Amino acid sequence: MALTSDEIFKKVQGVLVDALGVDEGDVTPDAVLTTDLGAESIDFLDITFRLDKAFTTPDRPFKIGQGELFPENLMANPDLVKDGKFTDAGMALLKEKMPHVNFAAFDIDRRVESVSELFTVKSLCDFVARKLGH
Amino acid sequence: MRWMWIDQITTFEANRRMVAVKNVSLAEEHLHQHFAAGPDGPACPVMPMSLMIEGMAQTAGVLVGSVNRFREKVILAKVNDARIDREVIPGQTIRYDATIERMDAAGASTMGVIDVLDHRTGSWQRIGEISLMFSHIDANRSGLQFPEHNFVFSDNFRLILEQSGLGSLAD
Repeated sequence: MALTSDEIFKKVQGVLVDALGVDEGDVTPDAVLTTDLGAESIDFLDITFRLDKAFTTPDRPFKIGQGELFPENLMANPDLVKDGKFTDAGMALLKEKMPHVNFAAFDIDRRVESVSELFTVKSLCDFVARKLGH
Repeated sequence: MRWMWIDQITTFEANRRMVAVKNVSLAEEHLHQHFAAGPDGPACPVMPMSLMIEGMAQTAGVLVGSVNRFREKVILAKVNDARIDREVIPGQTIRYDATIERMDAAGASTMGVIDVLDHRTGSWQRIGEISLMFSHIDANRSGLQFPEHNFVFSDNFRLILEQSGLGSLAD
C-alpha cells in the first residue's frame, strides 16, 4: 500500500532524529540538513543507509545508489564548476540529478559552498516519494 | 606504533562478520591510571570504555577493510550509538563481535556486540552494543586528497591477521 506524504515525513523525521541526534520538533519540512540540523559530510552516508532501512519492506527493497541522493565528484570538473561557482552545465547537471530539490534561490547564488544548503527535510521527503513511485 | 586494542581474530565470515578478543591485563600501564588510588579511595583498575569503543572500531574496521582486500583507507567516521553496561577488570577477556549492516563505495555501517568472559565462572556475558560508521576516505564527498599508500592498515594490523591465521587476506 502506498505511503501518504505524512507517513513518509514521519519516517524521514525518525531517520534524522536517529542520525543527527536532534529533537523531533527541529525536523520541520523547511529545515536545512547542514545549517539547521548540524549534518556533516559523513552524516549524509548515514542518512542514506538509514533511509534504505526505513523504507525497505519484505516485498519491496528500497536501496539508494551512490550519488543518487547527493551527487558526488562534481566539484573537481572545470566544465561544471568555475571560480567557485556552478556553470550553466553544472546547474543543468545538478537539476537533472536532483529533481527532488528546489533550485530557485541557488540558481542566483551558485556558490559551491552553498550547495549543501540545498538539502532540506522536504527535499528528502520528495526524493523518497519519487523513488517510491508516488 | 599504533596502539592495538584487539589481540586476536577468532572468527571471520567474509564480507559479513568478524569476532576478535582482547585479554585485559594488569600489566597494561594505562590501567594503573584508570583509576589510581587517591583521596577518594583505593586504586580501581578497569578497562576504559572509550578504548572498548576503539577495540570494536578496530574489529569492525578490519572487517570492512577486508571486503576490498585492504585497498581502501577505512576510517572510523562516526559512533552512531554506544552502550556499555558493565566495567571490565584485569583477568577478564573482552569479545568484539562485529557485523556489516550496509556497505557501498563511500563507506559502511556496522553493528557490534560486546561480551566479557569471567574466567572464574567460565561464562560469557553480554555487556554492550556499538553501532559505527566507516568512511572510505578516498571516496569522500569533499574531494580531499590523501597519501597513496594505505596508512590505515599498518603492519600491526597485518601481524594480527597473520597470527589469527588470516594473513592471506592482506596479500
